Amino acid sequence: MSVPDRNIGGELLKVDNISLSFGAVRAIIDVSFDIREREIRAIIGPNGAGKTSMLNVINGVYHPQEGSITFNGQERAQMKPHEAAEQGIARTFQNVALFRGMTTLDNIMTGRNLKMKSNFLSQALYWGPSRREEMENREFVENIIDFLEIQAIRKTPVGRLPYGLQKRVELGRALAAEPHLLLLDEPMAGMNLEEKEDMCRFILDVNEEFGTTIALIEHDMGVVMDLSDRVVVLDYGRKIADGTPDEVRADQAVIDAYLGVSH
Amino acid sequence: MIYREAGQFKTSYEADEAIFPVRQDRVFVIGLLVVAFFVIPVIGNDYWLRSVLTPFLIFSLAALGLNILTGYAGQISLGTAGFMAVGAFAAYKLSTGIPELNIIIVFILSGIIAALVGIAFGLPSLRIKGFYLAVTTLAAHFFIEWTLTHFGWFTNYSTSGVISAPEMVLFGYTIESAESRYLLALSIVVVMTLLAKNLIRSELGRAWMAIRDMDVAAEVIGIPMLKTKLLAFAISSFYCGVAGALWAFIYIGTVEPQAFDINRAFEVLFMVIIGGLGSIYGSFMGAAFIVLLPILITNIAFAFGANLPAEVLTNAQLIIFGSLIIFFLIVEPYGLARLWQVAKEKLRLWPFPH
Repeated sequence: MSVPDRNIGGELLKVDNISLSFGAVRAIIDVSFDIREREIRAIIGPNGAGKTSMLNVINGVYHPQEGSITFNGQERAQMKPHEAAEQGIARTFQNVALFRGMTTLDNIMTGRNLKMKSNFLSQALYWGPSRREEMENREFVENIIDFLEIQAIRKTPVGRLPYGLQKRVELGRALAAEPHLLLLDEPMAGMNLEEKEDMCRFILDVNEEFGTTIALIEHDMGVVMDLSDRVVVLDYGRKIADGTPDEVRADQAVIDAYLGVSH
Repeated sequence: MIYREAGQFKTSYEADEAIFPVRQDRVFVIGLLVVAFFVIPVIGNDYWLRSVLTPFLIFSLAALGLNILTGYAGQISLGTAGFMAVGAFAAYKLSTGIPELNIIIVFILSGIIAALVGIAFGLPSLRIKGFYLAVTTLAAHFFIEWTLTHFGWFTNYSTSGVISAPEMVLFGYTIESAESRYLLALSIVVVMTLLAKNLIRSELGRAWMAIRDMDVAAEVIGIPMLKTKLLAFAISSFYCGVAGALWAFIYIGTVEPQAFDINRAFEVLFMVIIGGLGSIYGSFMGAAFIVLLPILITNIAFAFGANLPAEVLTNAQLIIFGSLIIFFLIVEPYGLARLWQVAKEKLRLWPFPH
């Protein structure tokens, strides 16, 4: 639902003619689209359409054979995941990828790693600047914990948490990096209605309060249509539609891809 | 009722991030340190200090080193004994080459040399994981052992290959008696344990655990793989190197490659597994288990007045020891440290468990 005062800015990320293949399997074929500042952009498509591959290309896990990516005005051919993180791209994973042996607090603290500059010798002494840095970042993380309403599980190892809460902790870890662009890979998969509503609320709040640009993959069409400003649709690695939720919903190619078409 | 943190409110993040946030733990550890520093040297006899407690402390340090690498950073290593040997020989070469060097500085420098060797053999870890990494570190072990036995320079061209460690002088005192050796080992181990704990609760420790638990996600949130893994190898090898130097100088008094054979590496690995991967006090519990249990079994056999022949006793000891290892691993696969934690959680609720 595009509200008129959405305050959407200029182009933040632009993918140009991206092609990615693994051997003979062509995962993404000549896809181009852009993501604008402060918008919520959904990427949808049937299973195996190349949505997750697309996110992996954006944050540097996969290196496309063709095409280029422009983020924040800088064009890049190839980059490593941690370089993407340094530029301000954070993400969550389809299958929760938390650090299971660590507590909720420690998991979210790892998201701050790029903000912490003290070297290991001063960390070993735990004194002066490194201690101060630890406390400042702890405070920032506590604000995220408050925001996501997970105070009670602060000291619980995440391996023991139920799935819905794990997803929430993972969002917290991504937010801790203060990302410019947040990539969410199926943030609501496997959740019940109430958990989905909570997650939608958090996504909207993140977008509104922090002004974070969000790209999300989601299968729940109700969620996609309600949350996103614009939608890009992939099918078998190709882009088949791009536009506002209403435009995409009415697009014949999209209907065919989802419902099948008789020959 | 005794172990309960109710009423201990924390008003700052500093208090919450303290090493022992619960008052009872604090009291317990301070009590333990007081006993270790002031009571044991007075009441302990020569045998206990020299042949039981000193090796226990040195093994704890080596186990702590391996725990940093394997338990926290998740990189399996069988090179522990090799890195200990590097530390021992580096300390020997340094103290014979520059006799006026303070012994503490010798230990630190030999740790740094072991760390550099550790970095070199840690490089494959960027590409190799799990069992395959264990095999490359095994290769590192044999390479180090071979180098130390085949080049006379390392042993100052001694014909037997076994050399005695030079005497240690610290601030004018000669470290000779069992008490002084024990106290030196204890002080070094306490300081290094504190430093390790600080690292674990800081950014680097979290980065290690992140790589251990999910390396792809760790990289995506910006943790540099190469630097973090190599630091794990370096710091772990530093600890093992210092442990090796202490072993040669404080415990045995001789420096020889045979003291650091592959059995030693497995021994330390067992300590870490039995004590608890990813736990600092687990390293100490594991070392205590491996070092103290055989002695305990022998003493119990004597206490029951068993007039067994020596070889029966030795074999019985091995059998009981082996079965106890299996028993503990079945009961608690996460090690003695986890048992300790469970006991504390139970104690919080006792005597009203509901």
